[in-house]
Amino acid sequence: MTDVGTLASDTLFGLPLADIWFGLVFFILGMFLFLDGFDFGVGILFATRDDKHEREQLLAAITPFWDGNEVWLVVFGGALFAAFPAVYANLFSRHYLLMFAILGALILRGLAPEMYEQREDEPWQRWWGRAFIVGSFAAPFLLGIFLANWLLGATTLMTLPGIIVGLTVVTLTVVDGVAFLRLKTRNELRDEFKTDGYRALALYLILVVLTLSAVYLTAPELRSALLSLLVVGLVVVNLVLTGIYAVATRSDRYYVAFIAGAGLVFTLVSIIAGLMYPAIDRVEGLTVGTAIVSPLPLNIMSIGAALLLPLIFLYFGVLYSVFSGPIEADESY
Amino acid sequence: MLDPVLASRIQFALTVIVHIIFPVVSMGLAPFLIYFTWKDIRSDKVIYEQLRRFWTRIFAVSFATGTVTGLVLEFEFGTNFAAFSKTAGELFGGPLALEGMMAFMLEATFLGIFVFGRERVSDRLYFLSSIAVGLGTWLSAVWILIANSWMQTPRGFEVVMEDGQPIVHLVDPIAAYLNPRFPWMFVHMQNAAVESVALLMAGIGAYYVFRHHIWGYPIDNIEFWEATLKIALVVLVITAPLQAIHGDLYARHVVETQPQKFAAMEAIWETDSYVPEYIVAFPTSIQDLLDPRAKEIFGLGIPGGASWLASGGDPQATIQGLNEFEGPQPPVAIVFWSFRIMVALGFWFILLAFWGVYRWWRSELYEDDLLHKALMLSAPLGLLAVELGWIVTEVGRQPWVIQGVMKTSDSVSPGLTGAEATATLVGFAIVYLGLLTLYTYVVVRIIRAGPPDGDELTTAESSSPPQTEVSTDD
Ligand code: HDD
Ligand code: HEM
Ligand code: HEM
Repeated sequence: MTDVGTLASDTLFGLPLADIWFGLVFFILGMFLFLDGFDFGVGILFATRDDKHEREQLLAAITPFWDGNEVWLVVFGGALFAAFPAVYANLFSRHYLLMFAILGALILRGLAPEMYEQREDEPWQRWWGRAFIVGSFAAPFLLGIFLANWLLGATTLMTLPGIIVGLTVVTLTVVDGVAFLRLKTRNELRDEFKTDGYRALALYLILVVLTLSAVYLTAPELRSALLSLLVVGLVVVNLVLTGIYAVATRSDRYYVAFIAGAGLVFTLVSIIAGLMYPAIDRVEGLTVGTAIVSPLPLNIMSIGAALLLPLIFLYFGVLYSVFSGPIEADESY
Repeated sequence: MLDPVLASRIQFALTVIVHIIFPVVSMGLAPFLIYFTWKDIRSDKVIYEQLRRFWTRIFAVSFATGTVTGLVLEFEFGTNFAAFSKTAGELFGGPLALEGMMAFMLEATFLGIFVFGRERVSDRLYFLSSIAVGLGTWLSAVWILIANSWMQTPRGFEVVMEDGQPIVHLVDPIAAYLNPRFPWMFVHMQNAAVESVALLMAGIGAYYVFRHHIWGYPIDNIEFWEATLKIALVVLVITAPLQAIHGDLYARHVVETQPQKFAAMEAIWETDSYVPEYIVAFPTSIQDLLDPRAKEIFGLGIPGGASWLASGGDPQATIQGLNEFEGPQPPVAIVFWSFRIMVALGFWFILLAFWGVYRWWRSELYEDDLLHKALMLSAPLGLLAVELGWIVTEVGRQPWVIQGVMKTSDSVSPGLTGAEATATLVGFAIVYLGLLTLYTYVVVRIIRAGPPDGDELTTAESSSPPQTEVSTDD
């Protein structure tokens, strides 16, 4: 038998690994909601474009990236499974139909652009265009419901707070989609997205307020967390970021707007995590401390993640710098 | 309404049987693509650029479909097999998470560059991306097969009851992850993937070669198809014998570690020595057809064959029969026939490979119409053999989901209702039928369209300099 020494009894360097993994799981979720989020946003904005050439530009803007972006969801599932197996099992089986609805939306969203490119004729492209839009709307909407149900410990499929959070996530993906497209397109098209950005941002603001009120009203046990310094602070940062986004969009500071969009996602996810902590599965009464796996697998996973995450950032850095700047619609295989 | 356990099992089987097609295509294509990319960069023969671009398109479609179907599987462990996920999470979650971080991330990011970025990057970075993509697909097999092989030959763990639920705790990571089944599975699987893709390539190449050389149709880029056929034959003649030799050794390892599965593969009920290897076996009465315990079977066998296979050369060796094992048995007929057909296909591929190479050696490769028909018909059979092999592996370990540790019937989510499980099963049956149809349609279209034209490529390359990026930002 291999001697695993203290790896089996203590956490690595005595670090609070359970809390770190709780943070990491939400960070990974944030990466997914930001990166694949702007893909969804682009898919929704696809509905506002009729011109064939413009539509192709929208597709060309995301095709090199979406697969990599979606892997963050795979890693989210894997990380949750590895660090909190009971939560993974409870949560996914409790929201059985919702999970499959999410998967269905992701299948549609993933296949549609691939199919769209395969044929040139009008009906084909119209139908796959629609599928792309529907999938891009449904995936973040359903993911938002999932997040709300997780946070509030809901056991039913559809709840009012769930729907509100779902719509919040959808508008946020549009906000990010606009910021991304303004990096990736030129001239008039680039300017036209401005209005879409403002509208989505306004809706987002309304929905965030609604979300917070819904949490306050429907989950009395979360009220004190909602009023804690951390969460209030995060909400303030979130609001400040919307301001920065609006100003940056107005003055055509594309990168600033894009980064503010990213900030919006990460603060929103942090608000949810902050409200939830230290519970991680309210329905079964599991907390971060009770749901975490035992030290040996946890330590191994932590070493793995510490080595691999920097590499992953390197890959994404290479990918995004190779395709930096506006993209041409005729660039393909 | 189906029972939730049955519906979950059928659903998992359906979704994984569809998923595996796409990874096999991408894992099998990966070494070819690296080779084509290398040759494309190193030589100025336009055919390598054609090969690279043509097969990259098929790779890209397979990858996208593999991603969406793979995501389903990863979620299914939680949705349908929650009890299993809780019990085995400590050992099973880690490999899945590492697969995502180590393999899929590498593959998915560099695929963006590999598929869309030829004009934007240097030769060196481009070649590196082909390697990163290939490595990513193969690493994903490493981790998923670690997870699966651990379920076949679990090691390095202890079971503790917690709140009335058995929980598997990892005590020895090396013993668990490098369990005895893993190396067998990895080699057999990866060689199978390359062999299956070689069969696909050979079949498609043969189709055009046949139409051109035997039916006399003019075909654009016929040299491209001839090259495809020849490259595929070279790979086939190497991988096909390897697969059979390796499979034979692999069977011996199965006897040692999962004797019940081996008995099912051979449909042996009573422990016996000098056991024949049945080529066909058929119940002699109608009732027996439905009875898995039927003993009155008509069989045509090689005397001592199964004993020989199990022991590695001794036709007198004793094999444990299914009746030695208490409790439920795996569905013998499925395992027996799947194994039989996989092995038969394995030998057929060897024959096919040598037939093709022999004709080539005699410079008659483009003349033998029977050979071309055989190659065309065999194009999808590699994939079929893979499916059958997996059915042997997975159905053969029933009633266990983790051999000797947890029963499949205990592994399903406790709260799952028959109605929910049946609803999603029906949904998948419909969606996946559509998915397979679309995938086939798209791949056939790509094949019909053929490679980009050789003349256009050379002129395009020399007349337009690589696009340079003019950033108009801030
Ligand atoms: C091209 C596909 C292909 C071909 C031609 C063969 N196999 Fe295979 N076989 C597979 C593809 C495969 C696989 C990739 O589907 C499996 C499933 C799990 C695995 O590791 O490989 C498999 C499993 C598998 C198993 C079950 C192992 C287990 O239960 O874990 C055995 C004993 C063999 N094979 C033996 C053979 C033999 C004796 C062959 C003789 C020619 C053969 N295989 C040809
Ligand atoms: C891709 C190739 C694979 C195929 C074609 C395949 C096929 C199957 C089939 C047919 C079943 C149903 C068996 C039955 O219920 O009678 C099954 C079950 C299952 N397989 Fe696989 N399998 C594959 C790979 C894997 C891998 C890699 C894993 C794990 C990482 C895995 C884990 C499971 C689990 C957990 C079940 C459900 C429990 C059970 O029914 O035994 N499979 N698979
Ligand atoms: C039941 C078990 C399985 C699960 C849970 C699973 C999970 C996944 C997931 C989540 C993806 C998508 C990754 C992405 O977003 O890029 C994927 C793709 C992939 N899977 Fe599976 N998979 C299973 C079986 C297998 C098997 C048996 C193999 C091969 C040995 C395999 C090899 C691959 C590969 C190479 C890809 C990359 C996509 C592609 O190349 O088509 N998978 N799988």
